[in-house]
Amino acid sequence: MTRLMKELLANEFVLPLTMGFVFGILCRIHLLRTDYRQYPTYPHGKIIQVSLGVIAAALGSVAIPALLKENYTAVTFLTVAAQQFRDVRNMERTTLSEIDKQELVPRGGPYIEGIAMVFEGRNYLVIFCSLVTTSAAIFFHWWGGLIAGIITLLLARKWMSGKTLSLIVDIKEASVRVEGKDLYVDDIYIMNVGLEDSQTLIREQGMGYILTPKDANATVTIAHPGQRQAILHDVATQLGVYTDTGEPSLTPLVKRDLSTGRLGVFLLPQVKDVEQAIAVIGAVPILESVFRMPQKSKAPKQEV
Amino acid sequence: MPSEILAVITMDRERIAGGAPIFFCADHQEMQQIAFTLEKILDGMVHEVTADSLIIVRHK
Repeated sequence: MTRLMKELLANEFVLPLTMGFVFGILCRIHLLRTDYRQYPTYPHGKIIQVSLGVIAAALGSVAIPALLKENYTAVTFLTVAAQQFRDVRNMERTTLSEIDKQELVPRGGPYIEGIAMVFEGRNYLVIFCSLVTTSAAIFFHWWGGLIAGIITLLLARKWMSGKTLSLIVDIKEASVRVEGKDLYVDDIYIMNVGLEDSQTLIREQGMGYILTPKDANATVTIAHPGQRQAILHDVATQLGVYTDTGEPSLTPLVKRDLSTGRLGVFLLPQVKDVEQAIAVIGAVPILESVFRMPQKSKAPKQEV
Repeated sequence: MPSEILAVITMDRERIAGGAPIFFCADHQEMQQIAFTLEKILDGMVHEVTADSLIIVRHK
């Protein structure tokens, strides 16, 4: 037994490999935060993600030692890894889409795509973290690996935090008006509600917000139906929703003012707290697959 | 998939015809009552087309 240990420790790459492996796993756990979205679910969803993180960490840490041992074919391993993690994305997409069918306020396709993409991306970050830590440990002794590991952990955190709506829109509370059959938030028309019973409920429970885009990029981004659905879903998960299955009249909805690009957000929260709702809307992630930048266009500029 | 009209509820017999089931009623109160019942049964949404006719629509 001790002979085996000695032989193992005699291998110059054992320490760097272990460091890379450990930092990779730490990175995955560090990035695995379950917030109000309750996703990944606890505990099974987490087990799946941590296990994949372990695999990613192992792959990331062996790459450089394999090259140094002139084992060039070992690098093709990384392509297997890429394939593996694309499947992670597929898996997350399938699960979330299935759940979404039963949601009172669905997430919407683009939001699901965004979440799935994040799961795939995080595994690559783990590989990156392990790879950098191992190489640093090989080339600059163990403390080099330690410093590199900590730096990559911080970098991973920075890269993984996305932007939120409060950066691109101004959020203001607005009145919900039910004028006969017509429902308005401020001056933006939302929908036609024919049932007097529902009209009364909407008068009592409805809340309205106006989102004014800060620039042309924001105007185009928030116009996307996927982004709007994400707003509704996030508010519904955090403030509750005053509706049930088979109550299509009580549906929170976002409509757009065509001339200015402002959004009228009509909500039916369980908790009617203005400040909290503004905070929640502001914290909605900007979906990266939806984000547009018309201001970077090379076509002749015209103010939108 | 397009939205679909599941039923029509009206007080004006003369001006309504077509494929969806039509419910005639005598007054505003009765019209709202029928619409309420049908909305719960059909899981569709009630919209007001004119003051004396409502439709129930299932949105996709």
